[in-house]
Amino acid sequence: MAVAMGKAEVTQCPLEQTALKLSTVPCGQVHSVETMGTLDGPGLRFVIFLQGCPLHCAYCHNRDTWSRSGGQLMTVDQVWAQLLRYRPYMEASGGGVTVSGGEPLLQAPFVASLFHRCHQAGIHTALDTSGFASLRQQAVTDLLAQTDLVLLSLKAMDRALHLRLTGVPPEPTRRFAAYLAEHAIPAWIRVVIIPGITDTPANLEPLAAYVSSLPNVTRVELLPFTKLGEPKWTALGDRSPLADVRAAGDQDVARAATFLVEHGLPARLLSPDCLPDR
Amino acid sequence: MAVATVVSSRSDAIPDAWQDWVPGPWQHRIDVRDFIQRNYTPYVGDASFLEGPSAATQRLWRRCQELLALEQQKGVLDVDTHTPSTITSHQPGYIDREDEVIVGLQTDAPLRRAIMPFGGIRMVEQACSAYGYTLDPEVKKVFTDYRKTHNQGVFDAYTPEIRKARHAGIITGLPDAYGRGRIIGDYRRVALYGVDFLIRRKQEALTRLETANLNEETIRDREEITEQIRALEQLKQMAASYGFDISGPARNAKEAYQWLYFAYLAAVKQQNGAAMSLGRVSTFLDIYVEHDLQQGTLTEAEAQELADQFIIKLRLVRFLRTPEYNELFSGDPTWVTESLGGMGVDGRPLVTRNSFRFLQTLYNLGPAPEPNLTVLWSSHLPAAWKRFCAQVSTDTSAIQYENDDLMRPYWGDDYGIACCVSAMRIGKQMQFFGARANLAKALLYAINGGIDEKTRQQVGPAMPPIRDEVLDYDKVMAAYDRMLDWLAQTYMNALNIIHYMHDKYCYESLQMALHDEDVYRTMACGIAGLSVAADSLSAIKYAKVKPIRDEQGIAVDFQVEGEWPAYGNDDDRVDAIAVDLVHRFAEKLRRQPTYRHAVPTLSVLTITSNVVYGKKTGTTPDGRKAGEPFAPGANPMHGRDRNGAVASCNSVAKLPYADAQDGISYTFSIIPSVLGKSEPDRVTNLVGLLDGYFTRGGHHINVNVLNRETLLDAMDHPEKYPQLTIRVSGYAVNFVRLTREQQLEVIHRTFHERL
Repeated sequence: MAVAMGKAEVTQCPLEQTALKLSTVPCGQVHSVETMGTLDGPGLRFVIFLQGCPLHCAYCHNRDTWSRSGGQLMTVDQVWAQLLRYRPYMEASGGGVTVSGGEPLLQAPFVASLFHRCHQAGIHTALDTSGFASLRQQAVTDLLAQTDLVLLSLKAMDRALHLRLTGVPPEPTRRFAAYLAEHAIPAWIRVVIIPGITDTPANLEPLAAYVSSLPNVTRVELLPFTKLGEPKWTALGDRSPLADVRAAGDQDVARAATFLVEHGLPARLLSPDCLPDR
Repeated sequence: MAVATVVSSRSDAIPDAWQDWVPGPWQHRIDVRDFIQRNYTPYVGDASFLEGPSAATQRLWRRCQELLALEQQKGVLDVDTHTPSTITSHQPGYIDREDEVIVGLQTDAPLRRAIMPFGGIRMVEQACSAYGYTLDPEVKKVFTDYRKTHNQGVFDAYTPEIRKARHAGIITGLPDAYGRGRIIGDYRRVALYGVDFLIRRKQEALTRLETANLNEETIRDREEITEQIRALEQLKQMAASYGFDISGPARNAKEAYQWLYFAYLAAVKQQNGAAMSLGRVSTFLDIYVEHDLQQGTLTEAEAQELADQFIIKLRLVRFLRTPEYNELFSGDPTWVTESLGGMGVDGRPLVTRNSFRFLQTLYNLGPAPEPNLTVLWSSHLPAAWKRFCAQVSTDTSAIQYENDDLMRPYWGDDYGIACCVSAMRIGKQMQFFGARANLAKALLYAINGGIDEKTRQQVGPAMPPIRDEVLDYDKVMAAYDRMLDWLAQTYMNALNIIHYMHDKYCYESLQMALHDEDVYRTMACGIAGLSVAADSLSAIKYAKVKPIRDEQGIAVDFQVEGEWPAYGNDDDRVDAIAVDLVHRFAEKLRRQPTYRHAVPTLSVLTITSNVVYGKKTGTTPDGRKAGEPFAPGANPMHGRDRNGAVASCNSVAKLPYADAQDGISYTFSIIPSVLGKSEPDRVTNLVGLLDGYFTRGGHHINVNVLNRETLLDAMDHPEKYPQLTIRVSGYAVNFVRLTREQQLEVIHRTFHERL
């Protein structure tokens, strides 16, 4: 049975129109939307997953979002018309809009324009990102000026490990984090706990120190590595490099949380679901 | 509570029991709402005042749990096969006199079921033998040879056309062999006024009907009111057998609970109605509780004990029904629906401490499907109450929510929910329950020229079947529209017969005695298979649907090429089809003449019969295979919602309440980790979900917060989960009492989970 997505009602983005129009009507390449986002920022959120990612994380659970091609081209107006239908839920729960991916910074002009629209209407905005982008791009700093919360994913502290896990170096992300701190943009730090890889003292000890040094961080989330994304690798004729690594359990997360607190991370920053006694 | 001096110019002496109440019109005519409005104390605080169960309650509930476990093993614990149940038929029964604060049972022992043959003797006989009992032959003789039943009356009058439609399952679940139920007596009247006051008012009504020319209507009214007076006299007798004189008003909280419960008990002794709902009693009772707390004659622990023990009694209500009936509706439901909260038309919340105490019973006694606790939700409700409700939902999955902001403009602020989603003004309105018609099957009839795809009989009118290779939307719609004309007429004819006979042979004299005389009646029709029909039409409209026909020319399967939008994704292209179907069918029903000039209404509610309806319906153009269950109520079909749970909510919220005033049921199941990362997050998000859904115009939502693994484990180890409760369409069930088929259906139903 073939079932079309709800967003099929929108018409195609007028990419073939003039270059001038293109710059004033930014289009997004949208992978999918989730109308009941509860995991990507506070409250109930309308989450837009964008297509395309410069990182190739070994543990990615949205492997299908890497490619820049695919997904559906949508204008800000089109996304806006959809998300407005969910405003009562956002307002009642202290939620808002989250843009995730893929890597949303790849489509910074589109996201900046969307967030600007949200801010005019008083809707809370969150950006789920790896922070892998150049801050010299005006669009990126414009976007951050419209962002209420950054969900910043820190992949690994060690440079070699970072490269091995993601295919890119950590420095851009560090610069991005420094920029957020400097501009007092609230951030939640997210770390995926991969047994034997990211939950080692060698990774967690510097992580505790680094995160503690960022005054704008309001929450730290430890996400257990799961195998649930593996079918997406297989579907693309690929194999997850971590296919032989086991999924993380509650105990792995709790152990890492305890370690971080013992090494100076303020316990109040830890998301309640990470704590051992939950 | 404000205490006022009563000054009355009327000659009616003001009873002592009323001395502490704020006076008003309620003293001179029956007006419970007026009494509530003048005397209740809204509560906007949190749940911290609540108490646990008393030692007596704990002992009593343990005893009940032993009996319930036995009942679960045997199917029924015991049956009195000799004594047709009436208000006064049985000797007083007790669970444990030492520990019981509220007394009264349907028969002389807890969970001992009574026979109620006025609805139909065959049903009673089959139910007895199904559980290894033999109906007293004398009873059978009386209700076969001498006393006609409702069931016999209906079948005397049914036309061959109705019989065929019923047999094919295009109209099913009709209350033609059992009590119709869905009538809520205003049981509060007995506590507030005492029975004698109510009898006097009925006698006055009878006097008013001494008109010069007695026509058929007046004669019926006179007979019914006389029956009502007789029932009220029997109610007093029954209470007296337990040692209580309820001729006058209740004087304190304990009496108020007891008087009210006796009234409800008399109703469930007289009627085996499909749904025997309670109404909206907690805030009414709070007035007495608050008064006694202020006077220092009651403690909070005692107030909770009253609520707990009252709820225990409601959990023990039983009817003797056939296993087939229970298969259709799952796990022996009684729909003792109690409506909690809501807002007054003056803007004050109708939430009281007793609203909290009623929900607290789910902690003190553990979760249970009955009573069917229903929260009337408004965006204006006190925040602490909203959070407490959401907390109870995430902990127990035992409550449902209905949109008070949507219903209040229709029904005021003293309505209650009967059964699952049917709102009615308490004591002023009743409905003729009408089960449901199968819209998905009707679509197949349209394609197949009225021939049933399963039985191969001509059930619908013989119209030319659609022979096109690819189905044309406009052509199908035109044929469907004609088929729905026929369906609406046949359906309404059946309901008119049923309710004529029910009034005649199985009249609810006690419940109607607790109504005004000029009651507003609705003819509560319903539909099943809405999402299947809407998706099928969407496929026909937006993709290419080729019927695969057998040698008889009946479309037995469909080949679908291309994409089509599915209901449940907040996509107007298909949601508009669902909206149109509801409106279209409601309009057709409105054009039918009805028994007693009842106003036709419509519900989108299947209870759990979506499984049985699915069984009786062939393959549909949306890709659903023959025999597969429909989605329950107004739910989108399983697995077709791709944009997340809230998009589904928005699709359902589009269905127009104006056209479905008997309710639109939506069941929502979510795993805890998807609702939020921490408990406070989950509560916040659930409150947000409810506020958002109801702001979008949604009418009803069941909320289940459960792990799929828990349900799978409960299937294999039912003994570990005696109280596992899960909301299905419009009510709750003990999960372990569902048939395996229904359990699987619940588990396969879209559980909202996402990476």
